[in-house]
Formats: sequence, C-alpha cells, structure tokens
Amino acid sequence: MNRAVLFLPLAIFMGLVGYFAIGLTRNPSEIRSVLVDKPLPAIDLPVPDRTDIRLDNATFQGKVSLLNVFASWCIACRVEHPVLLRLASEKAIPIYGLAWKDKPEEMKAWIAELGDPYSLIGDDAKGRTAIDLGVTGAPETFVIDRKGKIRYKFVGPIDDYAWESTLKPLIKLLEAEP
Amino acid sequence: MIAEIGHFCLILAFVLSLVQSTVPHYGAAQRSLALMGVGRTSAIAQLIFLLAAFGCLSIAFAISDFSVSLVANNSHSDKPMIYKLSGVWGNHEGSMLLWVLILGVFGGAVAIFGRNLPPSLLARTLAVQGLIGAMFIAFILFTSNPFDRLDPSPVNGSGLNPLLQDPGLATHPPFLYMGYVGFSIAFSFAIAALIEGKVEPAWARWVRPWTLAAWCFLTMGIMLGSAWAYYELGWGGWWFWDPVENVSLMPWLAGTALIHSAIVVEKRDALKRWTILLAILTFSLSLIGTFLVRSGVVTSVHSFAVDPERGVFILGILVVTTGGALVLYALRAADLKMANLFSPVSREASLVLNNVFLVSITGGVFLGTFISLIARETFGTDVSAGAPVFNFFFVPMMLGLMVFMALGPILAWKRGNLRAALFRLRAAAVAAVGAGASAIIMQQEPWSTLALVISVWLLVGAMTTVIEKAMPSGRDSGSLWSRLASLPRATWGTTVAHAGIAITAIGIAVLSYNTSETVAKLTPGQSLQIAGYELKLISVSDEQGPNYTAKAARFELRQDGKLIDRVLSEKRSYPNPGSETTEAGIRPGLIGTLYVSLGRAYDDGAWAVRAYYHPLVVWIWGGCLIMVVGGTLSLSDRRLRVGAPIRARRAQPAVRPA
Repeated sequence: MNRAVLFLPLAIFMGLVGYFAIGLTRNPSEIRSVLVDKPLPAIDLPVPDRTDIRLDNATFQGKVSLLNVFASWCIACRVEHPVLLRLASEKAIPIYGLAWKDKPEEMKAWIAELGDPYSLIGDDAKGRTAIDLGVTGAPETFVIDRKGKIRYKFVGPIDDYAWESTLKPLIKLLEAEP
Repeated sequence: MIAEIGHFCLILAFVLSLVQSTVPHYGAAQRSLALMGVGRTSAIAQLIFLLAAFGCLSIAFAISDFSVSLVANNSHSDKPMIYKLSGVWGNHEGSMLLWVLILGVFGGAVAIFGRNLPPSLLARTLAVQGLIGAMFIAFILFTSNPFDRLDPSPVNGSGLNPLLQDPGLATHPPFLYMGYVGFSIAFSFAIAALIEGKVEPAWARWVRPWTLAAWCFLTMGIMLGSAWAYYELGWGGWWFWDPVENVSLMPWLAGTALIHSAIVVEKRDALKRWTILLAILTFSLSLIGTFLVRSGVVTSVHSFAVDPERGVFILGILVVTTGGALVLYALRAADLKMANLFSPVSREASLVLNNVFLVSITGGVFLGTFISLIARETFGTDVSAGAPVFNFFFVPMMLGLMVFMALGPILAWKRGNLRAALFRLRAAAVAAVGAGASAIIMQQEPWSTLALVISVWLLVGAMTTVIEKAMPSGRDSGSLWSRLASLPRATWGTTVAHAGIAITAIGIAVLSYNTSETVAKLTPGQSLQIAGYELKLISVSDEQGPNYTAKAARFELRQDGKLIDRVLSEKRSYPNPGSETTEAGIRPGLIGTLYVSLGRAYDDGAWAVRAYYHPLVVWIWGGCLIMVVGGTLSLSDRRLRVGAPIRARRAQPAVRPA
C-alpha cells in the first residue's frame, strides 16, 4: 500500500477541523452582528386565508415586535411553541410568524392543533425572504424596533430563561426608545 | 462545604490523570514494571475521586443546596427526588462530570480486569485513557465548573426543563455516555498498539469485549432516546434525523463496523490497519457528538448552552485526540503487516462488505449532518438535509446490508462455498417470498414490500444455524436442548442481534407506510374514529401534580362498541421554569399503538385532539432490546471474557496463540 494513503484520514480530519473552527467563530454572535441595526430587508408575503392584508415592511412600523421563523416540520419549533403562546396570551409583544419552506396546509394544520400565537403569519413557502433575512435554521427570532430595524437575532427555541434574561430586558429598552 | 469537597476531589482526579497519562508511558519505554504499575493504581484512584466528586454534586442536588450555582439554575425544591438526582446530568456541567466519571469507570475497569494483558500494552492503554481523562477534567475545571457557588444564594431554584423531567431522561444520557465513552477503550487500545507497533489476534480479543459492551450501552441509549422523543415530544415521531440524533447514530454505525472487523483481526490476523482506523474513527465520532451538542455549531433541540468558548476547548481536545491519533496512524500503520489473504467468497469478505456498507452509511449521515455548515462556509449558500435526503440513501443501503447479513455468518472462513450457503438459506428464501406475497396482498407500497421481504429474509436467515442445530441429524444426537446449548454463546449472540435488526426493520417498514392519523375538534362526549377504534373524549379536567398543573383529557377506547381501554392524555404546565409539555396518551400494543395527544383549547369548550395509530411501532424499540440481548450473549462467551485468554486458548485450539 502506498504510504501516502495512510495520511488521507489525517488530511480529511484537518479539513473538517477547519470547518468546525470557522463554524465556531460564525456562530452565533457574528451572524447577529451582520444583521443587527440594519433595516429589515424587503418583505412582502401573503397571509394564508387573508386577501385583505399582507405581511410586509409596513407591518413592523411603529411598534416593537418579534418576527419568528418557524415551520411545521421543525421539531425545535414545537418545543418553543408553548412559550410563544404564553407570550401572546400575556400580550407581552406582537409576534409575527414567518412560515419557512412549509406547505400552507401543513402549517395551518399545525397552528390549528397547537394554537396560534401570531398576530399575522407570512407564508414564505419558497424560502426567498428567509434567505434575505439570513435565516440559518428554524426557529429563529428577530427583534424589530419601532422603525422597522432588526435589533437582535435569537437563534434556536426561545425558552423561559432566554425570554427573561435576554429578550424581555431588551424589548423593555427598545420600547423606551422614541 | 460539600461543593468544596467535590471540587477538591475533581482537582485530585485531574492530578492523578496527569500522572496516569505520563508515568506508564515512561515505564513502558524503560521496561520498568513498577512505573508501568502506576497506571493501574492511578486509574483506580482517579475513579475513586471522580466517584466522590460526582457523589458530592448529587448530594448538593438531593438536599437542594441553592448556594451552588448549578443547583440553583437547574433544580427546584418541589421536584420529586428522582428528578432532583437526574437533574445532576440534565445540564451541561453535570453531564460533563458524568462523562468523565464514566471514563474513569472504564479506565478503572481496564485496570482491574486487565491484569492478564501484557504489562506494556496495559500501561500504554491506561496512559492514553489518562490523557483523555486529563483533557476532559481540565475542560470541566476551567470552563464548566459544576461546583461554582452563588452568593447570595436564592430562596429556590429555577427548575429543570420539564421535557427533561422524565424517566427517559433519567436513563438516556447515562447509557448514551457509557456507549460514547466506552469506545474510548477501543481507541486507547488502538493507540497503544500503534505505539507498540504491533497488532496481534490477541489484541482484538482484548479489545472486542469493551467495544461490544460500549456498543450495547449505545444501542440502549439510542433506543431510550427514541422512545423518549416518541412519548414526550407529543407528535408521534420516533426519529427525526436531528443533528444530535445523527451524532449518536454515527458512532453506533462505526462501532458496529468495528466489532465486526475486530472479529477478522482475531480469527484471521487480517484487516489490522483498517480496524485500528475504525477504532480511532468510532471514538472520534463520539467526541464530535460531544462537540456538536455543546458548541452550537448546528442548532438542535438537544443543544445545551451555546457557548463558543467551550466549543473551542472541546475542538482543541478533538484535535489533540483524533489529530494526534491520525498522525500516529499515518506514521505507524505501514508497520502493521497483513498476514492472511482470503477469497472474495468467505466470512472475511462478508465482514469487509459489512464494513463497506456501514462506513458508507456513516459517511452519508456525516455529510448530511454537516452539509449546512460546509455549504455555508464554502459556497455561501444555505443547504440543509432533511429526512427525505437521509432516507434516500439510508434506506437502500441499510436494506442492501441486510441482504448480505443473512449470508455472512454461514460462510466459511478463508474460502466459502456460495452455493452451499445459499442452499442453507432456502428456508429464509421461502419465508421472504411468503412475506412479499402477503405484503402485496395487503397492498403495501413498493418500498415497504421490499423492506419486509429483506427483513424476513434476514430474520429467518439469521436463525439458520440455530434452526439446523434444532433439527436432529446423525452426527449430532441428544436432546433438542443439549443440541442448542452446544452452540457457542457468540453464535447465539450473532443470531439474536441480527434478528433484532430484522425486527426493528420490520417495525420501521410497516410503520412508515401504514400510520393513520386524525385531527378532530372534540367536546366532551364526542368521539373520533381511528383504525377501527372509536375514541371518545369523556372529560377534560384540571389536575395538580407534584410540581405542575395539568389539563387531563380522559378518553374511552371502544372497538365494535365494547369498551377496551381508557386513555389519559395531558398537557402539563410547569411553573418552574414556566413551560408546557404534552404527555401523550399511549396505549401500546404489539400489533399497533394508539397515540393520543391533546392540542389547543377552543373558546367554545372544545379541544383539538390528534390521534395516531402506529402499527408495529414497539417493534422498533423491541428489536433494539433484542440487539442488546444479542450483544450481551456474545459478551458472555467465555472466549471473550477479559482475563480469560489463556484458558480460552486451551478451549479453542483453532485460535492462534498470541
């Protein structure tokens, strides 16, 4: 056997380590910094079963709100869902949903089964808007200020701890802004 | 005080692991038995201090000592005692402590049971084990100290994620870790062999029981995780191709390949380089699993605290362990000479084929898991592999593997006779044709028909040896029992484990294409129909649990108008921390499982109810249990027993002496 072949596993491994190392630096803080304090990209999504209204940039004007990326195929979204429902029932903050790469029927069945925490849901079946938003996975949640700027991006399911320690204080601050 | 004692014990264990990782190496180089002996002593001492440290943390959780930061963040005085204790490993710091404790248990076990190993091999194995221990204990001490104090201490803790307050969580991580960490022994043996520069059949015989034990634990751990997801996440899924599931499956696949290739090393003195590489690979995949869950490189439900600093540390450990091992492999593997050749039709060849399949599948799962990371950093695009992508390659390759699994064990070593072997499989062929015909009559989809045919082929084929033994023949008289008992335990192990795979596969094949599902809006008194059953909502009431409140929906299950069972499905609200879980109402059965989950409440007093009928779903986990039984049977074969090589050699003259 050629001796060089024996180095192959090492070479592959070092390549992987490179990716892991980059993955570590990118995640999640850098993704945040790229988007934070930029206005929301252009959004114009249909709202299922509604013809009178669309989820667009105007939706986010004049109030602090959350834009939550979810999908019926996403397991972590199931875990997050009860937290969103509770926030909605406490009227803590308006939550807008972005149904990412989801079939409308499946998404609607999901909402029908588990309850609807969203003020409006935008249907991003093709995932086009999610790309503009730099979505890397579901669930992800953007905190949007009164002027429609992204102020924070939360990656992964929001749990109680994340809400109390990170999101709630931040939203308080943003709501105090003019 | 308890926390400080625990912390101190952990520091002592760290110092001991440093001693263990250096002195025995030096002793082996100097051929000093006394210095090599330090490896055993320090491994056992390290185990004792790790046990003490873990015990201290457990006491802190049991008595709800909220002055310990970890307890305050993850426990609550209202929690039942069992979840106070399982809460020890329901968080990052505590689970790492469990990880090193299990590492210490395995190291201590090698020290205690490995007395018959050549002293230098034992010394080097323990030294490598000590180095792994040192790195992970350092990781805990420097980045994730579970004994940190909190001042002032809170009146009560913030509770454990209710999804994790479950018997499944109490048992799933320990088994999983025993699997992951158990593979470290195979790794340490491989590195020791590379340093020594020789791999002998005896080496494989020493490594195999440890690997097999780790494999059994990992199988059990994965099964418990899957069952937990099924009944706790509340939507009837049992496998999601979630990154964290994948990282437990990869060491399982590689470890399965390893226990098979080690057989070839043991019996035929071949495949040595490959087996060493597999041993390195299997443990490395376990480490990657640990890295992935704790670094946040890929998002997943299972992720612990996303903390890049910890990720960097674990990545460092991975580089030292795997990178170092692969450097050593590249430099030394050429010295491992292949002693024996074999024909393409032979037991060896079938085991090679097994390895080709398993390693390819591992590679596919690996690529699918990390494709999003690789694509994002290389091409700047977002690609993610979901279940369809995984099923696309996993199902056909697994089925291909299963076709050959029936054949391999009945081929002879060195040069087999394919025709004779196929003739011996005639019963399996008949059964497979029968299964195919029944599947077609029952109008199964093509994929599930094919899967059923192959699974039944494997199920009956796996039992060929046993069936032949059960048939009376001239050569072998005696009672049925004595004839069956004359088969070696290892043969029984193979038979049972392979049959377990077949049973799991049958469960998956039938479940995947025959699940029925209904969602209905029900008010108490109304019912829904599913799979020939009538499910009637009787009442929804408020219940008070020890640390939660629940909406409890009571159902009656009727078949042909007759009441056959009652089902309880709950939605629980835990105030500490505030969150909800779905406790699905499950009526398990060998044929089919009825699964009821309670959805949202409507304003008019109605409830969304989702009911599933899952045929053969319990076969999936039952098959896993059978695999574990098979592995344990094989482990109990005296040939494999650690410390029995000398006696075994006398009993088995066919095995070449070391």
